[in-house]
Amino acid sequence: MSDTDKSRRKFIGTSAAAVAGLSIAPGVSLLQTAQARPADQAASSKNRWGLLIDSNKCSSGCDKCVTACFTANWVKEAHGPTDSQWIRKVDLKSLSNGKSHSLPVMCQHCENPPCVDVCPTGASFKRADGIVLVDRHICIGCRYCMMACPYKARSFVHHPLTDQNPEVPRGQGTVEACTLCDYRIDRGELPACVDACNQEGNGAMLFGDLNDPSSEIAKRVATENTTQIRADLQLNPGVRYEGV
Amino acid sequence: MKSLVYREIPGRSAGFYALLGGLGLFILAGLTAAYMMDKYGHIITGMNDQVVWGLPHVFAVFLIVAASGALNVASVGTVFSKTIYQPLGRLSALLAMALLAGGLTVLMLDLGRPDRVIIAMTHYNFRSVFAWNVFLYSGFFAFTAIYLWTMMERRMGAYKKSAGVVAFVWRLILTTGTGSIFGFLVARELYDSALLAPMFIAFSFSYGLAIFVLVLMAAYGWTGRPLGDLILQRLRKLLGVLVAASLYFVIVYHLTNTYFAAHRGVEAFILLHGGIYTALFWVGQVFVGSLLPLAIIFHPRLSKSRSMIAFASILVIAGGLAQMYVTIIGGQAYHLVLFPGYQEASSFFDGVNHHYTPSVAEFFLGLGGVAITCAITVVGMKVLRFLPESLDDQAVDPHAAAKS
Amino acid sequence: MIKVGSHRKIWGVAALAVALMFGILSSASADSGKTQASRVPKPHLVGEKGNKCVRPVSYMRRHHMELLMHHRDEVLHKGIRTKQYNITNCIECHASPKNNSVLGSNQNFCQGCHKYVGVKLDCFECHNPKNVKVKDIAFHPLIVPGKKPDAKPSLADTMRKKMTDARAHQEKSGVVK
Ligand code: SF4
Repeated sequence: MSDTDKSRRKFIGTSAAAVAGLSIAPGVSLLQTAQARPADQAASSKNRWGLLIDSNKCSSGCDKCVTACFTANWVKEAHGPTDSQWIRKVDLKSLSNGKSHSLPVMCQHCENPPCVDVCPTGASFKRADGIVLVDRHICIGCRYCMMACPYKARSFVHHPLTDQNPEVPRGQGTVEACTLCDYRIDRGELPACVDACNQEGNGAMLFGDLNDPSSEIAKRVATENTTQIRADLQLNPGVRYEGV
Repeated sequence: MKSLVYREIPGRSAGFYALLGGLGLFILAGLTAAYMMDKYGHIITGMNDQVVWGLPHVFAVFLIVAASGALNVASVGTVFSKTIYQPLGRLSALLAMALLAGGLTVLMLDLGRPDRVIIAMTHYNFRSVFAWNVFLYSGFFAFTAIYLWTMMERRMGAYKKSAGVVAFVWRLILTTGTGSIFGFLVARELYDSALLAPMFIAFSFSYGLAIFVLVLMAAYGWTGRPLGDLILQRLRKLLGVLVAASLYFVIVYHLTNTYFAAHRGVEAFILLHGGIYTALFWVGQVFVGSLLPLAIIFHPRLSKSRSMIAFASILVIAGGLAQMYVTIIGGQAYHLVLFPGYQEASSFFDGVNHHYTPSVAEFFLGLGGVAITCAITVVGMKVLRFLPESLDDQAVDPHAAAKS
Repeated sequence: MIKVGSHRKIWGVAALAVALMFGILSSASADSGKTQASRVPKPHLVGEKGNKCVRPVSYMRRHHMELLMHHRDEVLHKGIRTKQYNITNCIECHASPKNNSVLGSNQNFCQGCHKYVGVKLDCFECHNPKNVKVKDIAFHPLIVPGKKPDAKPSLADTMRKKMTDARAHQEKSGVVK
């Protein structure tokens, strides 16, 4: 058996454990995954997928989530200002008390996404379960959505691409962003970043259904002191933060 | 007014063909640039994931804004019944359409997928300001064409006024729409202002008129047709008023922006320490584009000189391009604040102001749009009767000419 | 929303051309001794596994693009991920055994025919033309199947360096707030 196969096995094991909702660290429950939907069933507005990111558990040196995203989605660039970054680590330093934080920022999957409002062709759209996506079949590459996004979450593909992940088509002249790993969610898996953060044992990212009051994420959002980036714009993002 | 005869420009001289040839070269260069951008991607431009709209948009928005302003001369004649401007109406409408065509071409060729531009018509998101603009632009072409028809076809003369009113109202909406492209971007602090749309209307008036004056002087100068002082001085004064109005809006806009605490950062960036953007604002937009032309236009002696009037118009255009650069690129160069009260740093340039250096390809694409505008105007004047044979004082306004 | 706009007409024309071409092709192969009078050499397509396309071949020649377009909207907008009409499913059978792709030369299935009928292919700017098994992908994201781990500096290193560089650059040029 090749090395890859072995490590695959190992990972299947751990993923399966995560999916089954086992705890890998005391107090960190990983019961946060979507149920796999039958392939022929449409995403439903009963769900609203979201993330809760706890900056207390996230350290400045770690960017496992970023690496995982790039690897899973076969985004191979990230070397300059023209390269796509679907997720990035932002390091913060408070101007008042000098306290520093570190947290990942990606598409915030707003309930009222400005990118969807401004897109002339309707290529930017929100799926029933709250995931904001770009339909690259009808994206004309005007970049108006990038102008509109308050989070700088979107990237424009500046050069021809090859060797895409068959499940993650992407190409020159169109705009792209975090998809919340829609193809993984549809299979009942966690987004790659969340998965990696858990594998790492940090558990700083919690994925779940904000619409389901019994889900861990909904409970924590209801009871704990969570924030939204640019809450003043009232976009009601699906990604929430804690600890900043 | 009866004596007014419109005639095509002869367009047989070597100079005419040299002009067309030169324009053709620029158009070719622009198309080549667009082809390269399509082939290699936007990597060959200076644009990036932070500054997503660059020099092509500066040119395109300038031309589009100027387009609606260029129609103004016709509107003043027809809608506001200022007879002295009426002989200029045809040229005004032609120029408006040519400018819009040039601007839209640039905008379209800059798309990431220019081959899919048809999708902008077949898939339509009614909530998008951009999509409204697609509609506004096609309407502008249609209404201006109808207006032009009523001006050129004697039998349609009766409808001239109503066509003129419709075109005038439409152009106001169009510029509001263009301004709103930016005005709706609430996330970007420089654009988050209700004043943006009216300010764009004021800009459009002065840029459009400046271009009109230049084209008029060139057309009459090069064809040797008489162009009287009477009309030119009227246009000069009008230009002065419009430039002053634009400046007024700029002042009010920045004052109100400074008033809002949340916008002070970006204001300080543009006005004080934004490097190239600050320089372009003060030197380009304010001094070269407003104060200097105003000084020339209202100077008792300089304002009599034709070359000075032409120079002032050129200054207004240069200032307009500087203004677009500051508005479009300066507005993006200033970083977005995600976490107020924190200093941000990331691999994606959070918390730092963004860099943009335009590339040759973009520059030629923009110039290509200008060349398309000029070429349409020149060819238009050759094939149809846009220009009166004479615009000397006698032809323009016999009474006033007799008095002076 | 109008899902398929005026480009459908182009597709229609294209489909017709494809159908015509296949018509000629089949009559030619029936009597391969004679040479058909055509200025454009007919493509010799490779990459047809078995005889079990998702719909009859005659239907596919005319309508494959409609199926694909319908399915793409199902997948993307609704998250319906059935396999049958998925482009990866097409590629799986139609990829050439030579380079494992539907593109590459005028013998490759998609490219060959589209080239012959002169219709622009607009799938593979974004979609991978190679036959990459989906089951290979479904593993943990830290492993890209068939990829050796890079000995180069990790992505983390590069990005962090880029960040510091950018910061320094901006500070030098005095644009930092
Ligand atoms: S770049 Fe694409 S997704 Fe973004 S606004 Fe333009 S058409 Fe829509």
